[in-house]
Amino acid sequence: MAATQPSPDERDSTLRHIITSVLYTIVSVVALGFIYPVVIWGIGTVLFHHQAGGSLVVDKTGTVIGSELVGQNWTKPQYFAGRPSAAGKGYDPTQTGGTNYGPTSKKLIDGTKSTIAALKKANPDATGPIPMDLVTSSASGIDPDISPDGAYYQVPRVAKARGMTVDAVRGLVAAHVTPRQFGLLGEPRVNVLELNRALDAQGAATK
Amino acid sequence: MTIVGWLQAALVFALVCLLVKPVGTYMARVFEGERVFLTPLLGPVERVIYRFARVDASREMSWKGYAFAVIAFSLVSFAYLYALLRLQAFLPLNPQGFGNLAPDLAWNTAISFMTNTNWQFYSGESTMSYLSQMAGLGWHMFVSASIAIAICIALIRALARRQMNTIGNFWVDLTRSCLYVLLPIAFVGALLLIWQGVPQNFDAYTTATTIEGAKQSIPQGPMASMEIIKELGTNGGGFVNANAASPWENPTGLSNLIELVCIFLLGGALTYTFGRYVKNQRQGWALFAAMTTLFLGGFIVAYWAEAAGNPAIHALGVLGGNMEGKETRFGIAASTLFATMTTDTSCGAVNAMHDSFTALGGLVPLFNMQMGEVVFGGVGSGFYGIIYYAILTVFIAGLMVGRTPEYLGKKIERKEVQLAILAALVVPVFALIPAGIASVLPAALATLNNGGPHGFSEILYAYTSTVNNNGSAFAGLGSNTWWNISTGVVMLFGRIAIMVPVLALAGALVRKQAVATTAGTFQTTSSIFVVLLIGVILIVGALTFFPADALGPIVEHLLNLQGKVY
Repeated sequence: MAATQPSPDERDSTLRHIITSVLYTIVSVVALGFIYPVVIWGIGTVLFHHQAGGSLVVDKTGTVIGSELVGQNWTKPQYFAGRPSAAGKGYDPTQTGGTNYGPTSKKLIDGTKSTIAALKKANPDATGPIPMDLVTSSASGIDPDISPDGAYYQVPRVAKARGMTVDAVRGLVAAHVTPRQFGLLGEPRVNVLELNRALDAQGAATK
Repeated sequence: MTIVGWLQAALVFALVCLLVKPVGTYMARVFEGERVFLTPLLGPVERVIYRFARVDASREMSWKGYAFAVIAFSLVSFAYLYALLRLQAFLPLNPQGFGNLAPDLAWNTAISFMTNTNWQFYSGESTMSYLSQMAGLGWHMFVSASIAIAICIALIRALARRQMNTIGNFWVDLTRSCLYVLLPIAFVGALLLIWQGVPQNFDAYTTATTIEGAKQSIPQGPMASMEIIKELGTNGGGFVNANAASPWENPTGLSNLIELVCIFLLGGALTYTFGRYVKNQRQGWALFAAMTTLFLGGFIVAYWAEAAGNPAIHALGVLGGNMEGKETRFGIAASTLFATMTTDTSCGAVNAMHDSFTALGGLVPLFNMQMGEVVFGGVGSGFYGIIYYAILTVFIAGLMVGRTPEYLGKKIERKEVQLAILAALVVPVFALIPAGIASVLPAALATLNNGGPHGFSEILYAYTSTVNNNGSAFAGLGSNTWWNISTGVVMLFGRIAIMVPVLALAGALVRKQAVATTAGTFQTTSSIFVVLLIGVILIVGALTFFPADALGPIVEHLLNLQGKVY
């Protein structure tokens, strides 16, 4: 700390404060608003090219079929479905968000009732209780994951639609469970896009 | 509740505790202009900034000079962002071709980021150009956080100094906070986040053709550089609408851990910086202990309530904790921890939708804010908030024994107590009165997403969040002109009407001489002080807000148990 005698500046004019503020805004916008994000972009792209570009998933023909990070709207019975989504008409990544229904919301309870009915109708051979994540909407509306229980619950339906054995589909699910990071962080989960791609790949291999 | 859930919370807090001393020491050295390991790199940059902005770094300011500089810079930064948002359609880095923001939304957003609130009445992914995000909102995240840190350091100086007139130079404190504190941590953190999957690019949105043949437009952008400062500066404004619940901003358990540690890091470390300045670390640890207790209490209640789940859903035969508005990869523990920490501080980032929490689970974030966000708090603002409470505590303790109260060897007299009371009144006045008006105003009620008591909770939460400059929301609440303007006004008072009294307090304290410690001096490092401080915080928060909370979350909890719906 400089040992200079401090001099109060109460006589400084308002204009001087404004001028300093304008100049300071200019120089700090250049540093923090441009140089910083661009440098992060440069280094990030070199070190982690795939992630910096949005973790896109590309098929054999080079077409982008989605992102590892973004869930999709699965409607066909031969695919595992994701959670209910409040993003646009379902899994619209440009309209992310949850239902924002409170615990006493009539819309929440009615919606859950019809989700339960639809799940049971589509999957009559399922055993055990319906997992919570399959009847609740995610926060982002584009949750790419379901819980392992949520995947196992859907196995009878998928196996039937594909003419595969239940054990084969269960084995595939088990192979696609992402454990907690370092055994501690996050929750165990199944990335639905990866699982469905693996299903398709297996179907192609057996043909 | 699971053991893994408790361990996740324990790990986050252990990391914060480990970092408090090194980061706190580092900040004390930085703000006193001592040489640190980054000085060779950042010293030249610092000097360029001073030269360009014509700052005389050797000159200190009185509290009035400091306050004028804060207000002038806030005003200019507001005008800059307002102009940017109104003109973004004509500016570059707008690959999606987003239009200009309407005047009331631009006003609300510019105030929101200027005041470190980051309340968002827009969806980033369908509203903001990359230029607005990085050079407007992202820049504000650095400077609005640094303004609060600068004021906090000025107050700490005032507490440490004896019989002086000046409290530091605002421009120097601002610059050092941005350059030496926020930027290096953000730099490393942003790269870690990219490693975990957070995008950082300037591409147009990617159009994907899904396996089932549908088209999906996938947002891109410079997200990682903004994401990290959003937590580190306790700003909270998401790049996209779903904020840190979106898999772009927060893709993994590790990214969640990094973001959580950043939310508490500087608020916790500033208590250590304070201890260094006043040459008694136990003074800092006493505040840290009070904060820790309040944090743990909130987390335990929220975790219990969310793990218990919603009885109305259980009645349908689906059992388990409340997963509505939560992400699979975080589950209940990490979502509740995030909700607790983001409202203990003035962060307001969310990784789950608070609106869909159970009634009691949602009461915890609400009450955390009602206490004034002093549990680690916003960077800088949390510390000066708890100093207000510390002054009230020694004042009340002094009344009990009939002695003039002292804090850190300075006599606490009429002026200091008046300023502390004034600050304590700002939050209830600007939260409860607008909430009362909005509860009967058709224009306000028109955008509620929920009926019954939960609708009232949405209103109460909105003004509690904005006056505390938090920015998290019961996000079902929609935007219209009433909400844009009224929350804008509330955010402004919540910032300025707390900051200016802090600086006045600093101006009063810095002049005082030290009085000798005697056997009768109330020790502000004792556990009795910590308990009293916690009591004062809880009582002030509870007494002012309990009637309103009873009409919202508390009655909703009772109705939920009876199976009532709205």
